[in-house]
Amino acid sequence: MKLFKLAAVLLLIALPARAEIEIQTVTSPGGITAWLAEEPGIPFTALEIRFRGGTALDAPGKRGAVNLMTALIEEGTGDLDSVGFARARDDLAASFSFRADEDTLAVSARFLTENRDQAVDLLRRALTEPRFDQQALDRVRGQVLAGLRQDAKDPGTLASRQFRALAFGAHPYASSGDGTEETVSALTRDDMIAAHRAAIARDRVYVAAAGDISAQELGALLDTLFAGLPATGAALPDRAPMDLSGGITVQNFPGPQATVIFGHQGIKRDDPDFFAATILNEILGGGRFSARLMSEVREKRGLTYGIGTYLLGYDQAELVMGQFSSANATVGQAIEVIREEWRKIAADGVTEAELANTKTYLTGSYPLRFDGNGPIASMLVGMQMIGLTPDYPKTRNAKVEAVTMDDVRRVAARLFREADLRFVVVGQPEGVTATD
Amino acid sequence: MLRNAIVLCFLAATPALAEEVTSFELGNGMDVVVIEDHRAPVVTHMVWYRTGAADEPPGQSGIAHFLEHLMFKGTDTLAPGEFSATVEAQGGNDNAFTSWDYTAYFQRVAADRLDLMMQLEADRMRNLQLSEEDIATERAVIIEERKQRTDSSPGALLQEQMRAAQFLNHPYGIPIIGWKHEMEQLDRQAALDHYVRFYAPNNAILVVAGDVEPEAVRAMAERHYGPIAPSNAITDRIRPAEPPQIAERRLTLRDERVSEPYVTRTYLAPERDSGDQSKAAALSILAALLGGSGQTSLFAQGLQFGEAPVAVFSSAYYDGTGLDDGTFGVFVVPMPGVDLAQAEAAMDKVIADFIETGPDPDDFARIKTQIRAEQIYARDNVDGLARRYGEALAVGLTVQDVQDWPAILDAVTPEDVQQAAREVLDRRRAVTGWLMPAAEEVTP
Repeated sequence: MKLFKLAAVLLLIALPARAEIEIQTVTSPGGITAWLAEEPGIPFTALEIRFRGGTALDAPGKRGAVNLMTALIEEGTGDLDSVGFARARDDLAASFSFRADEDTLAVSARFLTENRDQAVDLLRRALTEPRFDQQALDRVRGQVLAGLRQDAKDPGTLASRQFRALAFGAHPYASSGDGTEETVSALTRDDMIAAHRAAIARDRVYVAAAGDISAQELGALLDTLFAGLPATGAALPDRAPMDLSGGITVQNFPGPQATVIFGHQGIKRDDPDFFAATILNEILGGGRFSARLMSEVREKRGLTYGIGTYLLGYDQAELVMGQFSSANATVGQAIEVIREEWRKIAADGVTEAELANTKTYLTGSYPLRFDGNGPIASMLVGMQMIGLTPDYPKTRNAKVEAVTMDDVRRVAARLFREADLRFVVVGQPEGVTATD
Repeated sequence: MLRNAIVLCFLAATPALAEEVTSFELGNGMDVVVIEDHRAPVVTHMVWYRTGAADEPPGQSGIAHFLEHLMFKGTDTLAPGEFSATVEAQGGNDNAFTSWDYTAYFQRVAADRLDLMMQLEADRMRNLQLSEEDIATERAVIIEERKQRTDSSPGALLQEQMRAAQFLNHPYGIPIIGWKHEMEQLDRQAALDHYVRFYAPNNAILVVAGDVEPEAVRAMAERHYGPIAPSNAITDRIRPAEPPQIAERRLTLRDERVSEPYVTRTYLAPERDSGDQSKAAALSILAALLGGSGQTSLFAQGLQFGEAPVAVFSSAYYDGTGLDDGTFGVFVVPMPGVDLAQAEAAMDKVIADFIETGPDPDDFARIKTQIRAEQIYARDNVDGLARRYGEALAVGLTVQDVQDWPAILDAVTPEDVQQAAREVLDRRRAVTGWLMPAAEEVTP
């Protein structure tokens, strides 16, 4: 079975390639909805589950609770302790991963067709009845604390934390969801139970499956997995403020290079101009060698190994952001090049050739992403979380194609504001002065 | 034991679900491997050259990787940057990577663009054009790359020092990125010399994986790569061999950027040899048993669990896919308040106990189950399969060796693993590294 077909782009340049993946919408007898890309070729299923909220649901003073709780889901359930759970999972040759970010608690599972029921039952028990043993809590807490101490000596993480703190005021996005040494050290088993109750509930669950499973089997699986969860969880956070201002922040850190994160206010995913913004970002700061920043900062001047920008969309905030590292002696020059490119694209837009080439790249590369059960399930659940409909893979490229040069000019002037750029520089830069 | 009885039922009944692979050789000596996966109309096109950092002339460390960067400059018919721009204009992605034993280039595109990819890749196999300006700018880029990936990371610096100490004579001791003072001297002539010497069809492997038919790939490959004349400069890859290691080697790196001290060790270890992979298979299972799980491995149980745990993290790793003998590695991050000597002693006790008693039967059976299942999961990632075959062929293994590997892993006995541990996990044939914070930060 072909998951999708490409139109013959070589012959019909005007006809965009489409990802013709067949997505079924499955609603369980108990009322839980999932998206399914059925592909029986390999006898396993990739299952992706998301609970909206993530680390933003930490209670006041409990920063890091959701993150630590998420790490403890695989540390025992019912009569299985940490080791018993790991053995049971490995005996089935299943894999489960649990992680939390700013907006989401994510579960990725894959299991063989031949023991699917047992694997799903084990996952259900972990999700609904985690043990939170004190010993496991202390052991995993030790790992989180070690990670936090390492972060304090990692220039990229330091820059990112500084940038968040400047951007997001008192919102949870302003600090790391991993918490601090102080807050994590103080977390108790009761805090884990409370975080579990807040973050894992049926009113915020999104599910996608890809692989060797039918709609009917998936429907039954959904009820098995989620029936034991509470109907509702904690209230989701409000919109984040945007406190960034233009300027340069410098944080001293030893090393041969300075690491820089830069950016300003971005654009919402549901903004009518989002696709124009996507094209612009690709032209300015895409990871490809022909992108303007890669070309100007790396290919022409050799100032960095790599530079890229991206449109960052949290549930409650948006940023245009970029990152690079450059020798302490040259980082100032690189910042000036970025400023100049920012001004240039805002004032002059892009060329016809750049627009055409970028459309071809974006539309041509889109179907290449649907290449395996794991990646497909992950994309399908992501689409649900940002409110897309199951026909999106078939319509997305037409939306890219529909962007005109007028759209791009208008959006460039609106999106890229050089004076608003905040650079956070972590290192010992020469000739770069902090503005505040 | 009931648990394992159930497991055996699960996977014993599963027939071998191998990927569909076809291989052949072009008239000029270029090896070709085709992996079919018709689920999506996508193809990965890779060309692997049997040359890497361990094939560099003395004093030119980093030249293999530098040339990899320069291969994206122009050819007789393409301007600098036009290669990637052409791939991107087809909606494709391209990149490359360099190891000690190989340098590989790849594109991932819609399956109907394969012909163009072959045309581009065949062109730069022989027609590279380099200007002095390309050299100067790109050399600055690789020096920034070294600063970013090595010089900014105390852990990477320790690893580099340990490798240099591990290999006294074999060029595996050279960092792939190069030593900075030698990178600064790499010039156009050095790059062209490496290119002319090693980039030829009879030193290359073509891997095509995805929605393709082997016969169509053969016709296309004959058309684009077939006309390229083989080189008579390609010789057997015989590198200076290591002398026997007769003394334990130890080193300590102190750096103010270290927060978590750790102890790590690499043991000299044999690699997979064509037709003789069983020792490497035993070492692969040894790594999984010792440090492959944060809950059930011997390191996790012995160092991180129990009443008085000594470690926050631990692991063991081994990758036997190399041309010459490589390393088996272990790694322990102690709990705060536990010093590196204590952590190392505890790690050594776990290793010594294992050599004495051998694997627990349940643990052993569980790892075998996962290895069997991995054959099923691996088929979901055709890109990964392409790399698996390309890498193996680049280090002297055959398609048959790759296909035999799962059965060889499955045939490993507990005694094999115990014996491999006894032979390899010997501190006298190892380098032990300690990573520590700067001296002044250590409280007396």
